[in-house]
Amino acid sequence: MNEKKVIPIGPYHPLQEEPELFKLYCEGEIVKDVKWETGYNHRGIEKLSESKSFDQSFFLVERICGICSTSHPFAFANAMEEIADVEVPDRAKYIRSIIGELERIHSHLLWVGLAGHFLGYDTVFMWAWKYREPVLDLFEMISGNRNSYAMFKIGGVRRDIENAKIAKIRGVLDLVKKKTDLLTGAIMDDPVIHARTKGVGILSKQDIMDYCAVGPTARASGVDIDVRRDDPHAAYPLVDWKVITAQGGDVFAKAEVRLLEMYESIKIIDQCLKGLEKEKEGKIEVVVKNIPAGIGTGHYEAPRGEVFHFVKTIGTNSPARHKIRAPSYVNIATFKKSCVGQTISDAAISLAAVDPCYCCTERMAAVYDYGSGERMMNGIELVEKSKRRTEEIRRNY
Amino acid sequence: MGFKDFCFKKSLWLFHFGGASCNNCDIEILDCLTSRYDVERFGMKLVGSPRHADVLLVNGSINKRDKKRLLEVYNQLAKPVLVVAIGACGCTGGIFAEGITFAGPVDKIIPVDVYIPGCPPKPEAILAGIVKLLNKK
Ligand code: SF4
Repeated sequence: MNEKKVIPIGPYHPLQEEPELFKLYCEGEIVKDVKWETGYNHRGIEKLSESKSFDQSFFLVERICGICSTSHPFAFANAMEEIADVEVPDRAKYIRSIIGELERIHSHLLWVGLAGHFLGYDTVFMWAWKYREPVLDLFEMISGNRNSYAMFKIGGVRRDIENAKIAKIRGVLDLVKKKTDLLTGAIMDDPVIHARTKGVGILSKQDIMDYCAVGPTARASGVDIDVRRDDPHAAYPLVDWKVITAQGGDVFAKAEVRLLEMYESIKIIDQCLKGLEKEKEGKIEVVVKNIPAGIGTGHYEAPRGEVFHFVKTIGTNSPARHKIRAPSYVNIATFKKSCVGQTISDAAISLAAVDPCYCCTERMAAVYDYGSGERMMNGIELVEKSKRRTEEIRRNY
Repeated sequence: MGFKDFCFKKSLWLFHFGGASCNNCDIEILDCLTSRYDVERFGMKLVGSPRHADVLLVNGSINKRDKKRLLEVYNQLAKPVLVVAIGACGCTGGIFAEGITFAGPVDKIIPVDVYIPGCPPKPEAILAGIVKLLNKK
């Protein structure tokens, strides 16, 4: 029975920053090793950025990742503002934080939905994606586009959030809060979800340190890091909020951290809206005419963890060097710890827990490698397996 | 009714190929399949294998590594097949067209039937594009 299997996941799964090919090496049911290949999504952004002006670069970094399309401009703006040594007006700070937190809400809802899908709870998937839509509508109202908002520029933001729109934003937040309660209830109190996620894909505090993991992945293992608090910028020092951590390190803890973070985001936005009401409309940027030669670093806590941008300028109007580090890049390495030794059906959710969110539907066909006798399984089979397991547990409850 | 009309008369099954994209287009495609837009009511659904698909949705710029795989997928599709290029990247390469790894927009590699521009196109635009495609074929 000890047929050696290789399970390729990818390379084309849409919900990840970089489509990658994962290979799970299995003996029987147990995952023995994980390997991954990158490069399917390489677009040469760092190089492209060197050929664009600073203003154009914002549109480019926004398109590094569609889900985090505020986080990269946020970090880039922080880096550029360090070089130009400007302080953005308070109104712009509030708007930046509002956009960043709205993005966190929609990204976490997206994850909750996908995690539900991987466990065989398509209801959660449909619910979460349905309640994500009002948030996207807000983005459309504020910026004119559902994703890729183009809100950032050096020294401020491109568009104001007029005070007349605040009531609408509050309305949507109330709705999202109610629906988050619903989702939290559906996930936290379900014995089957407990059975599927507790004790699965555990990452200890030491593992997080070893692999330099960031974001909710780290916070779920009790590592208390959050760039928004540790390096205060934008409106985060002006409002009252707390960093959510959990101790378990398993998939359940990661879900818990994300769900509770959504409440914190709602709290932050609410306070930022209060701040906006006090400020005068229209003061949303300081004009920056020249970017001197220099070196700047900027980071921001994206929904998946710390985004880091390094920019070097030489007095021209485009970056001389632009280095980007995205959170998934480090988080993905933790698969070596979280998946090895698990069963295949748990591997699907352990991989998804980090939120590289590979989507199941468009894998390659199953292939038999006659040369080595390795049987390959595709993503759909993998998800099927995971769903079967949930089904079994559900029957036993 | 010709053979082609017969093939595309009822429920179209979709295969989604995401090239070197920024994922927004991918997510908008998934959005079409979830509650608010719900194209499954027309019998459209994503399938896991290109061999089962009637429509190939391609989004994202195609880089050197993807090119070979896109061709491979296209060759596996049972013909006749409709190809939809989604997003500015799918249509022209968009913002990544000058990138060092760019290997040509989709229509340089495989024949394309419909282009849906936008960055990303709204789900309504994607639906409108597919309706146009059905009327045109
Ligand atoms: S067209 Fe725009 S949204 Fe779509 S993949 Fe390309 S950059 Fe992303």
